[in-house]
Amino acid sequence: MKKILLRQRKKQWDEHDYKAPWKERIVPWMFLAPSLFVVSVMVLLPLLDAFRRSFFFAVSNQFVGLQNYISVLGNSAFKLAAANTAKFIAVCIPLLLVISLAVALMLTAFQEKRGIFKTSFLVPMAIPVASIVLLWRVIFHRNGLLNGIRALWDAAPVDWIGSAASFGVLVFAYLWKNFGYDMVLWLSGISAINPALYEAAQIDGAGSVKRFVKITLPNLMPTLFTVAVLSLLNSFKVFREAYLIAGSYPDDSIYMLQHLFNNWFSNLDVDKMCAGAVMMALLVFILIMLLQKIMNRGDSV
Amino acid sequence: MKKWFIGIILFLVSVFIWVPLWMLLSGTLMGAGELSWNLAPVLESGDGYATWPIIANYPTLQAYVELLLDTPQFFTVFWNSCKQVFPIILGHIVLGAPAAWAFARFEFRGKKVLYTLYIVLMLMPFQVTMVSSYLVLNKLGFIDNIWAIILPGAASTLPVFIMTSFFLTIPNAVTEAAAVDGASSFQTFLRLGLPLGAPGILSVAVLGFLEYWNAMEAPQAFLKDQTLWPLSLYMANITADNAGVSLIASLITLMPPLLIFLFGQKYLEQGIISSGMKD
Repeated sequence: MKKILLRQRKKQWDEHDYKAPWKERIVPWMFLAPSLFVVSVMVLLPLLDAFRRSFFFAVSNQFVGLQNYISVLGNSAFKLAAANTAKFIAVCIPLLLVISLAVALMLTAFQEKRGIFKTSFLVPMAIPVASIVLLWRVIFHRNGLLNGIRALWDAAPVDWIGSAASFGVLVFAYLWKNFGYDMVLWLSGISAINPALYEAAQIDGAGSVKRFVKITLPNLMPTLFTVAVLSLLNSFKVFREAYLIAGSYPDDSIYMLQHLFNNWFSNLDVDKMCAGAVMMALLVFILIMLLQKIMNRGDSV
Repeated sequence: MKKWFIGIILFLVSVFIWVPLWMLLSGTLMGAGELSWNLAPVLESGDGYATWPIIANYPTLQAYVELLLDTPQFFTVFWNSCKQVFPIILGHIVLGAPAAWAFARFEFRGKKVLYTLYIVLMLMPFQVTMVSSYLVLNKLGFIDNIWAIILPGAASTLPVFIMTSFFLTIPNAVTEAAAVDGASSFQTFLRLGLPLGAPGILSVAVLGFLEYWNAMEAPQAFLKDQTLWPLSLYMANITADNAGVSLIASLITLMPPLLIFLFGQKYLEQGIISSGMKD
């Protein structure tokens, strides 16, 4: 919808007077200037500088080509962190998408009047990670509440935080906080589907499963792209949970790129960080492009 | 599926949300003695399992008193958070609203490139900009200074993106009528754009508050001086020593965002939806 609006506006302007006097042409730039200045000084120019630095040794300021990239890629901590981050994204995002979609569909079907469930599901967004994390620690500690409950069935205690199981704890904490956000996006996608489609399908005698597969899912494909991209970006913030639950050097199974960047930062490994940042930016960019490609293919079907 | 069945499932999901929050609340009413008794297996790594009564057996406000009267440090930290979060939101609006207005209401050379650039910057995780922010903040002498948090925060381009989609919904006829009446483009922005785009600005404020009140990455990297730390970092470092006080600190920390959420839920939802609009 936004795209259409932008295009409409452009057309109107093209029909209008494009060769306006400079006094008129400068107006949008005056609106943009404050933001552009701060963004350039604080973000854009520093990023370009980091890109340049990624080809130099920080100490001697000597050009080394791809040396920094090679040493980052060969670093065993990097390999572990990259693999864990990839695993986290691969596990968490599909789970998050499916759960939030299921909840959104159920909410739509339930048609609650006062929106109590919807509010409930959004509340975790407002809860700072630092506030809830003490509770996660009490629940998932080796002598914590979860093992206490499991002990009722004589299950052996598991050290949820200090072992490979911490990956599951992290997935849980992430889902807990973020599924409301995705649910809102799904709800807006669902409400945009033309109800006439469902009525027509019902007249044709299509069952609820068939209506879901033939109408709901295809119409939600564009939403799927945005939900996936935003979830991908939010997934990097799971560092807060990971750090607060398990500290700077957690179990190997949840040692993520974010931990690695932080530890590089503590040692001021500027050249490694620059090379790492460039690769991470590229990777995010490629992932988004890839998603768009996959979704577009889904669109045309 | 039957409606009552769906209701039960939704109820079960919401139990996952409310039970931890209830535990937090009931925990704050446990006295230090009861709490350390219940949590001894966790805190002292002894045998047995921690327990958590549904309602405190000996409810007391002792921990509240301790935090509010005997921990002046907590107020400093709370104030630190405010000093970092509100200027960032102000920055989002003061810098972002005019920029969004330009993207939404004007046609100019380079607009598409610039808008794409803003979107790409908005999509970059903190770890990408961490080192470059550090280098520039260091050069400006802002490390260990609250400006190290405020400036990069205010430079976020997500608010511009969100407000642009709100400004786009204002019909052209409105601003054209203003132009006919002889209003300058600046007046049009102030008198029509800001009031009509108010929901967008509120969405940005709500989303910004929830995000930056919770932010940990930037303060952790750019503030070595502990007296400048915001709540989120401070909390990370008191949890182990004093469970009672840290539970209450948790509760007080989550109060401002919870209140803002309850009053601004509509704007939060609108903000989320427009953050998901495709360009």
